[in-house]
Amino acid sequence: MTAPMPISLEVNGERVDAHVLPRLNLADFLREQLQLTGTHVGCEHGVCGACTVRVNGEIVRSCLMLAVQMHGASVQTIEGLSDSGEVTDLQAAFRDRNALQCGFCTPGMLMAAQDLLKQHAEPDRERIREHLSGNYCRCTGYQAIVDAVETTARARVGRRP
Amino acid sequence: MKASAFSYARATSVVNALELLVAHGDRAKVLSGGQSLMPAMNLRLISPELIVDIGELAELRGIAVRGDVLSIGALTRHVELQRSPEIATHAPLLTEAIVHVAHPAIRNRGTIGGSLAHADPASELPACMLALNATIVVRSQAGERRIAAGDFFTGIYETVLSPHELLIAVELPVARRNAAHFFSEFARRHGDYAITGLAAQATVAGDIFTELRLVFFAVGDRPVLARSAERLLNVRMTPALLSDASAALGEELEPQEDQQASASMRRHLAKVLLARCVSALLGRSDLNAGGPA
Repeated sequence: MTAPMPISLEVNGERVDAHVLPRLNLADFLREQLQLTGTHVGCEHGVCGACTVRVNGEIVRSCLMLAVQMHGASVQTIEGLSDSGEVTDLQAAFRDRNALQCGFCTPGMLMAAQDLLKQHAEPDRERIREHLSGNYCRCTGYQAIVDAVETTARARVGRRP
Repeated sequence: MKASAFSYARATSVVNALELLVAHGDRAKVLSGGQSLMPAMNLRLISPELIVDIGELAELRGIAVRGDVLSIGALTRHVELQRSPEIATHAPLLTEAIVHVAHPAIRNRGTIGGSLAHADPASELPACMLALNATIVVRSQAGERRIAAGDFFTGIYETVLSPHELLIAVELPVARRNAAHFFSEFARRHGDYAITGLAAQATVAGDIFTELRLVFFAVGDRPVLARSAERLLNVRMTPALLSDASAALGEELEPQEDQQASASMRRHLAKVLLARCVSALLGRSDLNAGGPA
């Protein structure tokens, strides 16, 4: 059973069939087998949030999931959200507000922020901080990230940013 | 780091999972939500030969109220506890505590059974189980065992679970009239493991505690049910009484020292939480003599 196991899943809307070793985590599977390198690998033990992706519509740590567990699942990565235009405004707000510098945390930040905005149309700053508390950023000091998320939320509900 | 190589089996039923556990003994590990197991494996703190994935066992999911008992399936995820109206009504302590358990992405995967079986002394749910007087239901091929939460946790990452047993559910008495609860913890970052925390369940008659279960966590090798709480029962609360109980709590706790906090800092924080708890539950702001943290 340590041999590769067959899995079949959907990644960003496309059917993927693959063989994976049980020890391979989802983040490495996405990066190394599917070349979806927008999902970043930071701490590899669930602390930093850089590897955040969606599984069946909910955000998860892809370093804490095995690729074999994904059989039958639907996975969305930052590439999927970016290509579909779902986070275009959020990405623009991150640029405008200088909410990134090195960019390592940004894919995970965008995944977590979009998850919040889907659940709460108008989160206050405390709520934003709470929802992003599992995502480390070592450049910005977070203020600009909270600004960008807040700006996007306001724009989406039709108010002036 | 990456986990070392292992074999993987997707259990098809509880019976099947138990067969696998019997066949592989302590060389196997049960994978539930994986939010504690996977970090430990990635850090190579543990290297099981076989992972038994119980993630698809629908029979272990769900929250149900039967008479006076609230039953929570082992595979119930933290996010499901957080959103459950049954939990909010019958065990509001859990609703309040669960938002302190890690972060949204982890609460989407982590399960109550996994958290309890993992038994991290700094985690919230074991303390809540003790405060709520939970019964932990485990199954083996020999049948079912029902274990009081107070007997379940035996040390750091240690419980009375044998390698052949599977935690399948927890049962809680539903909250009674005059029930009150308090939850608070100190952590460096929202969602991190606590430096010191308190989960409390009480019964309050007027301005008197008739029942008070104070469970401190991250101050020992398992959640600690404070014996000093007995001093606060069936008596009108005064600052002097609270001060005595606080001193007794300091004697009772034997917190560990680590890179996060010294033993005396943990003892101090526990006393602060005690004062805040008593003050909040009785609505007596004059009692909040715990001072700043």
